Amino acid sequence: MALLFAAVPFVAMCFTVPLWDRIYPMVLGLPFNLFWLMLWTLLTPVCLWMAYRVEVSRNAKQSNSESGDEPQ
Amino acid sequence: MTAGMVAMLIICAIVGVGSLAGFYAGSRRTMDLEQWAVAGRGFGVVFVWLLMAGEIYTTFTFLGASGWAYSRGGPALYLIAYMPLAYAISFFILPPIWEIGRKYHLQTQPDFFQLRYGDKRLSALVALIGVIFIIPYLQLQLVGLGIIVEIASFDKIHRAPAMVGASILVAGFVLLSGVRGVAWVSVIKDFLLLFAALFIAFAIPHIYFGGFGPMFAQLAHAKPSHLVMPGATTNLGHSWYASSVLLSALGFFMWPQSFGASFTARNSDILRRNAIVLPIYNITLPLMFIVGYAALLVVPGLRDGDLSLLTVVRKTFPPWFLGIIGGAGALTAMVPASIQILTAAPCWLRI
Repeated sequence: MALLFAAVPFVAMCFTVPLWDRIYPMVLGLPFNLFWLMLWTLLTPVCLWMAYRVEVSRNAKQSNSESGDEPQ
Repeated sequence: MTAGMVAMLIICAIVGVGSLAGFYAGSRRTMDLEQWAVAGRGFGVVFVWLLMAGEIYTTFTFLGASGWAYSRGGPALYLIAYMPLAYAISFFILPPIWEIGRKYHLQTQPDFFQLRYGDKRLSALVALIGVIFIIPYLQLQLVGLGIIVEIASFDKIHRAPAMVGASILVAGFVLLSGVRGVAWVSVIKDFLLLFAALFIAFAIPHIYFGGFGPMFAQLAHAKPSHLVMPGATTNLGHSWYASSVLLSALGFFMWPQSFGASFTARNSDILRRNAIVLPIYNITLPLMFIVGYAALLVVPGLRDGDLSLLTVVRKTFPPWFLGIIGGAGALTAMVPASIQILTAAPCWLRI
């Protein structure tokens, strides 16, 4: 599941390049391809943060079951 | 005082302050190899971030990214893309590597391979490959420094003596202060580079064209093919882009210095959080592109694209400002060079 969130930037920035490698429409005065990569540079932390949430809750479950489901 | 002297004085002042901060940070602790190489595994998320941003964003970010945008155009975009993806990979691979590193007191990448596969020849090969590939990367930093000194002195000082001087300074600095010293200089370097990138990327288009919009409109009119792949090249198209981005992202943390920097973290969770925040620093790269694109319109026809950023800054701003940008660039070369030496040295011992 965490891997899925981390895969999103790969799809957006790497494999879909023919779809967004264009000048128009310009956004904020920038060519579309440059804008798109800047946008995803800032969205990658969001995706990784989601992955982090998944990992943390999974680890918490694991350590709970290892310690015999004792309440914190 | 000539313009070149003003610029050079400011560069020397910035490098001097940076080096002193490093020496000071190093001298406050008694030094053993564990402190020197991995800072006693005590860095929190802020310092790991500063150290990694410090060693990943090199003079290639500064002169090379703008140079690629200037000379090649569209294909340069791969530089922006692979970094955040490499951090996404690090989110998964660095925490387990760190756990093994702490358990067995590992300090370098060859140590890890020795432990994992139990073969001394394999770890020697890993060390050898690491050192061989660090050498050109180190050379790149020194050439960058040479270019900065050459342009900032208005061609009065040549590259070679500048590179020799910088090598001596970097070597002395690494010897005395270790990774902790480098992390402290990274603080200055990271902020200075970010400031420099933000300022010139907004100011230069504004001064010459009245903003990004008019500048890119003019560029799209004059050279529409330059802004998309394959740009000014013949063969760097979409398949090249996708394969290069994927390969660079997957392999990025095989760099021994990036692999090794992960051992400085206090715990493995810090490396996950670091992966989340590292892409934010990557925003300096597109800013450098904008400067490179602006230079294409303002100072066209340069023989070497790597000179474009500093040439356009020299043409636009007074010498003292060229000095600040040059000083930021000089630290941007020296911090990664220090970490590369710091990584190569223990690797060399394991060959």
